Amino acid sequence: MSRTGTKLDAKKVNSELFTLTYGSLVSQLLQDYENVEDVNKQLERMGYNIGIRLIEDFLARTGSGRCYDFRDTAEKIQSGFKIFLGITPSITNWSPAGDEFSLCFETNPLTEFVELPDNYSNLKYCNILPGVLRGACEMVQMEVACWFVQDQLKNDNVTELRVKFVKRLEDAIPAGED
Amino acid sequence: MTIHNLYIFSKTGTLLYYAEWNRLNKSGITREEEAKLMYGMLFSMKSFVNKISPLDPKEGFLYYKTGKYTLHYFETPSGLKFVLNTDNASQNVRELLQQLYREVYLEYVVKNPFCQLNEPIQSELFKVKVDELFKKSPLFLSRSL
Repeated sequence: MSRTGTKLDAKKVNSELFTLTYGSLVSQLLQDYENVEDVNKQLERMGYNIGIRLIEDFLARTGSGRCYDFRDTAEKIQSGFKIFLGITPSITNWSPAGDEFSLCFETNPLTEFVELPDNYSNLKYCNILPGVLRGACEMVQMEVACWFVQDQLKNDNVTELRVKFVKRLEDAIPAGED
Repeated sequence: MTIHNLYIFSKTGTLLYYAEWNRLNKSGITREEEAKLMYGMLFSMKSFVNKISPLDPKEGFLYYKTGKYTLHYFETPSGLKFVLNTDNASQNVRELLQQLYREVYLEYVVKNPFCQLNEPIQSELFKVKVDELFKKSPLFLSRSL
């Protein structure tokens, strides 16, 4: 291995290659599973597995501490999108209790060359993103639920990702002397 | 200045990695027992510091010092714990631990899909890089005290 620790500048990585790679991943899954629901589930699971690792990269790069409140979390998630996908979704539609918000994407690098065929209308094409958020938040002791409410691929104006705070996970206590 | 030894714990308390350089005094118990003891102490120390703090504890427990050595503690928001024992003269150990997290753990464990995140680290490359990082640090002098 010749990894020297020098990082590729995240902004300079060609996003088209990423878009197309993701596209081929989704189309492979559609071939492997007959059911679109299963594909949605697999994408979410893959995202989760990415998220639990990606959070370390985020923390090491930004040096950020734990979140004070959920608004702080929202801003950190926003900056995460900036770092890893080069986009800045807007944070909107806070619930009155302050435990739910939406991320609105005007552009989405994952769907740049994508059109959904009619028979796949149930496919959540970008379902990897909710998985990533869920995995990443879980690693910092937060359980969140995450789903799409609007999708540009389904002729909505924006893509809207809803994030809901579920509960705070407790620190693990040390294993006792068994 | 001297670096004695290093422990890395996962957020559930598994000893992910242990390395030692200048350790003259052996604890006389097995590595597993020692790790459990260490983790238990850290856990208690952390909650003690947070409870007893008269102000908002912010980062909480940072280090403790005895007549002979200093134990430095660095915990990431994701619950990884880096523990490094040095002599009392060492400075900027926190930066060194952050560097260990950023440049070694992240690069050679998190970005290595064959490394499971909650299991002891087996990667040879990781071992080599940890050793390199500490040996090139100004804190590292292999002079026995």
